[in-house]
Amino acid sequence: MTSELHERSALELSRALQEREISSVELTTALLQRIRARDDALNSVITVTEEQALKEAQAADALLARGEAGPLTGVPLLHKDIFCTQGVRTSCASRMLDNFIPPYDATVVSKLRAAGTVSLGKTNMDEFAMGSSNETSYYGPCHNPWDLDRVPGGSSGGSAAAVAAGFAPLATGTDTGGSIRQPAALCGITGLKPTYGRVSRLGIIAFASSLDQAGPMTRSVADAALMLNAMCGVDAGDSTSADVPTPNFLDALSGDIQGLRIGIPKQYFSADLNPRVATQIHQALGELTARGALLVDIDLPHTHQGIATYYVIAPAEASANLSRFDGVRFGYRCDNPQDLTDLYQRSRSEGFGEEVQRRILVGTYALSAGFYDAYFKKAQQVRRIISNDFKQAFESCDVIAGPAAPGVAFKIGDKTSDPLAMYMEDVYTLSVNLAGLPGMSIPAGQVDGLPIGLQLIGRPFDEATLLRVGHLFQESTDWHLQRPALGASQ
Amino acid sequence: MNWEVVMGLEVHLQLATRSKIFSGAANHFGAEPNVQACAIDLGMPGMLPVLNEQAVRFAVMFGLGIGAEIGKRSVFDRKNYFYPDLPKGYQVSQFFEPIVGAGVFDIPMPDGSLFPVRITRAHLEEDAGKSVHDAFAGQTGIDLNRAGTPLLEIVTEPDFRTAEQAVAYLKALHSLVTYLGISDGNMAEGSMRCDINISLRPEGQDTFGTRTEIKNVNSFRFVERAIAVEVERQRDILEDGGHIVQETRLFDAENNETRSMRSKEVANDYRYFPEPDLLPVIIDDETIEQIRQTLPELPNDKRNRLIHDYGLGDYDAALLVDSRALADYFEAAAALCGEPKLVANWMLGDLSAALNRADIGIEQCPVTPVALAGLIQRISDNTLSSKLAKQVFEGIWQGQGSADDIIEQRGLKQVSDTGALEGMIDEVIAKNPDQVAQYRAADDNKRKKLSGFFVGQIMKASKGQANPQMVNELLLKKLAG
Repeated sequence: MTSELHERSALELSRALQEREISSVELTTALLQRIRARDDALNSVITVTEEQALKEAQAADALLARGEAGPLTGVPLLHKDIFCTQGVRTSCASRMLDNFIPPYDATVVSKLRAAGTVSLGKTNMDEFAMGSSNETSYYGPCHNPWDLDRVPGGSSGGSAAAVAAGFAPLATGTDTGGSIRQPAALCGITGLKPTYGRVSRLGIIAFASSLDQAGPMTRSVADAALMLNAMCGVDAGDSTSADVPTPNFLDALSGDIQGLRIGIPKQYFSADLNPRVATQIHQALGELTARGALLVDIDLPHTHQGIATYYVIAPAEASANLSRFDGVRFGYRCDNPQDLTDLYQRSRSEGFGEEVQRRILVGTYALSAGFYDAYFKKAQQVRRIISNDFKQAFESCDVIAGPAAPGVAFKIGDKTSDPLAMYMEDVYTLSVNLAGLPGMSIPAGQVDGLPIGLQLIGRPFDEATLLRVGHLFQESTDWHLQRPALGASQ
Repeated sequence: MNWEVVMGLEVHLQLATRSKIFSGAANHFGAEPNVQACAIDLGMPGMLPVLNEQAVRFAVMFGLGIGAEIGKRSVFDRKNYFYPDLPKGYQVSQFFEPIVGAGVFDIPMPDGSLFPVRITRAHLEEDAGKSVHDAFAGQTGIDLNRAGTPLLEIVTEPDFRTAEQAVAYLKALHSLVTYLGISDGNMAEGSMRCDINISLRPEGQDTFGTRTEIKNVNSFRFVERAIAVEVERQRDILEDGGHIVQETRLFDAENNETRSMRSKEVANDYRYFPEPDLLPVIIDDETIEQIRQTLPELPNDKRNRLIHDYGLGDYDAALLVDSRALADYFEAAAALCGEPKLVANWMLGDLSAALNRADIGIEQCPVTPVALAGLIQRISDNTLSSKLAKQVFEGIWQGQGSADDIIEQRGLKQVSDTGALEGMIDEVIAKNPDQVAQYRAADDNKRKKLSGFFVGQIMKASKGQANPQMVNELLLKKLAG
């Protein structure tokens, strides 16, 4: 093993730890150092939990020494700052929660801890996961390690940038409309949004409850399988988590794709798509057909209605989910409130950023008496239609493929004044959330030195097929091994 | 003009589940502020609700108890509004698809008739916390112990025309839910809170007048008074040619008036939408049937049975089934002594008077059904006169032992021995020759009056223990000479 520690995959690091080639404390120390040295330029991490990380690393080393370690024991990771972490500030990148220290862990956090991972800290994100560029963060934008003038995508922009920059081999993300897959694409890493219900939402600060889903953000598909193994499973504390069998996703990596039917939706290759991205996606598909897969034309006729549908349902749910941030019990409270209404109005106006306020207003409007039928109810109906489109498409294919985002990473500030242009970033991803399906973005090429992502969409609870296709692709390509220069290597 | 009063009631019933409707926190009344509220009840970020199955069972039991449709699929919705004691900024309720649909509930009226009330629906929801206005000067405290307490909101059609009907409904509802064991129904502690929608219209008019809603009335008596003063208020306005403002009002018992609440509701749009954190509740026929099997005998059925099996009158039977404890007491005592009518008389007479004096319920009654049955046996076998029985009852109440113990201790046994009684009578006759002569000279009417003198003397001589009936018979024979 010659590559630098920070360039290795989690599986490679796991092997090195098991073979006692390195200790978890050494690895953790090296990564913490790297974060300290380089994150000023990226701003991908909001909170570094150095002391806690070293303690966890020591505990992991003890397990490794006793031969009681699992595959993730001692492997460092970062958590998106939307996952509640006991005793560690969980801000959701909002002024509203700048002072919020949860007395509990999210189920995902406790599961990953139980698997032996070492948490290095909490990553930057769009405020309350609302955004596609990480520019709405109260802590300032996160920069794309491939080009510091550009965004990393969002909302899990910090996690994507940190994994790409070699701060940690693994990071958690959440995806409500593309928030794992789009930043994964823009930063050249692997990002998997599991089927709705595959991973518990308990302890994840809710954006849109019927769409939110947590997933792994990693350097390889195999790492995503490894991480998903530790994250998934039914949770009695989340009524919407699914009581379905949880396979060992690492087993899903073996096997070929001979005769596998890959559906190509024509709507994913329309005028919205940067033609140079389209070319790269077609080349990537060529790799898969070379391995025996068959391409099938499919129709997802309501892809564009997905945006309107999503931007009614998600803000509507968010408008209620964010009502608890009222300045009464926790979080930001304005100074010297005159009365109750003043307390509410100023705490929320001062505590929430512009995009969050916009979505609360949109959602409140869509649910209002006289508009409910025209907006929210209609959106629920279209959501069902979109879901049926996918069901029908999967009658003639086994997996759907297309771009994860319409272009490459854009310049910071380019789309901040035009919310609708920003919303278009998720045109290929958000209907997957509306249908509750698993989706994954893997690095599949570059345009002008910037990574692009191939999105794979699967049947409900068929993450295994996505992982198998993705892993095979990564066995025959090296896009996922490309690293941003980010100055001299440490 | 003659006005018709039109009323519909909404009752918020706290369900007596062990834990809260969406969390594992304990569901008890009266703990120190904020000790019975967990992260879910506090609406902490990332927390999710998990539905309490017992609350669902209780709602189904209620639905079956009034013969209503059970929603085989019901859905929770979010009701959005800001208030400091509402931690999430929304209340999880059921708006579009409630768990209990329409039904008819027969209410026994004091005259023995049944008054059918149409139930519109009943749905599950979580209670809010409490704002405490008097604990800190110039500040409001928030107690979230109550947040997340399961509520069943029971809504009627506008079927009530009189306060008497409304109160009879609430009493019957109270009796039903305590029989079912789904709530303690304690109005003073807020387990059962009543909102009264009330409007007036000219007699004969079909359309409803503008209504007001009187919130959170917390006793049967206050319901009656609140209705009376609100009807009067509305009538005065209407008769002066004014208009009723649709609003929420509060009943002020001290000043005996209703007052307009600074209404947060007038302009409120609750923006209901399905709660995405909870799955729809699906209940199959088998489960409904299973729950039906567990239902106890309900008040209306029990009343009919008491009338038919024990020969009780409508009124007595209705009073006895008012609570399950009262009815159970009756049946236990009646079975022990075989004198159901005497048991009913004692329970509704001396026993209930004593309970009222002590301000306790039948559950705390110091006289057990066994003890009452023992007393009644001594009445029916002529050991005790009714006068003596009252004394013995007092003794039992005060814990001096069973009826037989007290009779023994005080030597209170009624004298029914003919020889002994004749001796006493002879003695009295011998001591009062003038009165005997008067008696024998008098006509029948006067004789009746005069015989009372002798009875009194005999009872006095026997210290009240002589069997009065036998004394009468024997005395008349002796006086007749």
